[in-house]
Amino acid sequence: MAVVIVIITVVLMSLVFRILYVIYWSSKPFQTKPRKPVRTLIILGSGGHTAEMLNLLSVLQADRFCPRYYIAAATDNMSLQKASVFENLLADKTGGKSGKTAEFMQIYRSREVGQSYVTSIGTTIYAVAHALLLMMKIKPEVILCNGPGTCIPLCAIAFFFKVLGMNWSSIFYIESIARVKRLSLSGIILYKLHMADQLFVQWPQLQRKYPRAHYVGRLM
Amino acid sequence: MDGSDGSLEPRRMVFVTVGTTSFDTLVRAVDTQEVKEELSKRGYTDLVIQMGRGSYFPAKSSGEDGSLNVEYFTFSSSIADNLKEASLVISHAGSGSIFETLRLGKPLIVVVNEDLMDNHQSELAEELAERKHLFCARPQTLYNIIATMDLDALIPYESGDAMPVAKLINRFLGFPDD
Repeated sequence: MAVVIVIITVVLMSLVFRILYVIYWSSKPFQTKPRKPVRTLIILGSGGHTAEMLNLLSVLQADRFCPRYYIAAATDNMSLQKASVFENLLADKTGGKSGKTAEFMQIYRSREVGQSYVTSIGTTIYAVAHALLLMMKIKPEVILCNGPGTCIPLCAIAFFFKVLGMNWSSIFYIESIARVKRLSLSGIILYKLHMADQLFVQWPQLQRKYPRAHYVGRLM
Repeated sequence: MDGSDGSLEPRRMVFVTVGTTSFDTLVRAVDTQEVKEELSKRGYTDLVIQMGRGSYFPAKSSGEDGSLNVEYFTFSSSIADNLKEASLVISHAGSGSIFETLRLGKPLIVVVNEDLMDNHQSELAEELAERKHLFCARPQTLYNIIATMDLDALIPYESGDAMPVAKLINRFLGFPDD
């Protein structure tokens, strides 16, 4: 009996240390240079969120952040369409010689508005399994997200992979310009749980409130 | 500035947009006699309302009696054209239409929907109003805002820049600055 307790304690302790280790190293910049291109997962929100993300992508070096995997909620038809327009423009600019550098995927929501809680247990399990499969396939080195909720399960899975030593990714969260005084729920979760390697805000008063965030000015 | 004396007025259109959902209280507020008269008094000739999924239909008017010409539609794939044509935009508080309008340099009144559950939307409109890039109203204060607004006091909005974030991300990942 005592042996079992000791084993469980050791396992839990090492898990806690591993989590602290991951959190510590997540906030540290990489030292190795020069780097190869990074597999980049881009999680699109909707409407304004997607517009802000595409603004960022238009200034990120496409040859460094590739291949690019775009994920949007299955209920959001517009975002992937906008991302594919963006990718087509990019391909035109580079002469289209870069080959297959972008992929587009949809993710299920664990619960639709108005769905009952009983059936949402099943859909949640299904949504999580689907997200796990996608993440194992993509194995992102960089994750770019800016809310809303769609990004949370994916970031949680990415963090879980880091803890298990399966795949290391750097998670960047850019809070929406619409958030002036308070972080969004997604922002708070990623900030409080130290899941985002870097969290950017677009208004100085937000940075004062959340000192570990980085103020980067307006994207729009 | 138009220099017209009423007989052949140039079209000066006010465009109202509620976005992808509905915002009946805004459409109702715009469709009141006092708001329409005030807009007319300020030299606007046309009122075009994008009413979304709303159930309140404003009164159409051809504007022949010298009053405002009122039209409405539910959705359109080319809101951008309406925005470009507008002389004044009255919009819901979504960040998409706010920045699209500001980028076009059009005078903008943002009307905050107080019926929304998670009403963080007012944060952005109020911050931008404080910086004098737009006017911020509630449905019940819309008339007052229109009656007292001074369009010359608005400061043009300078578009933001994603370069600082891109630089930080690059540096964090160990990519050299270029």
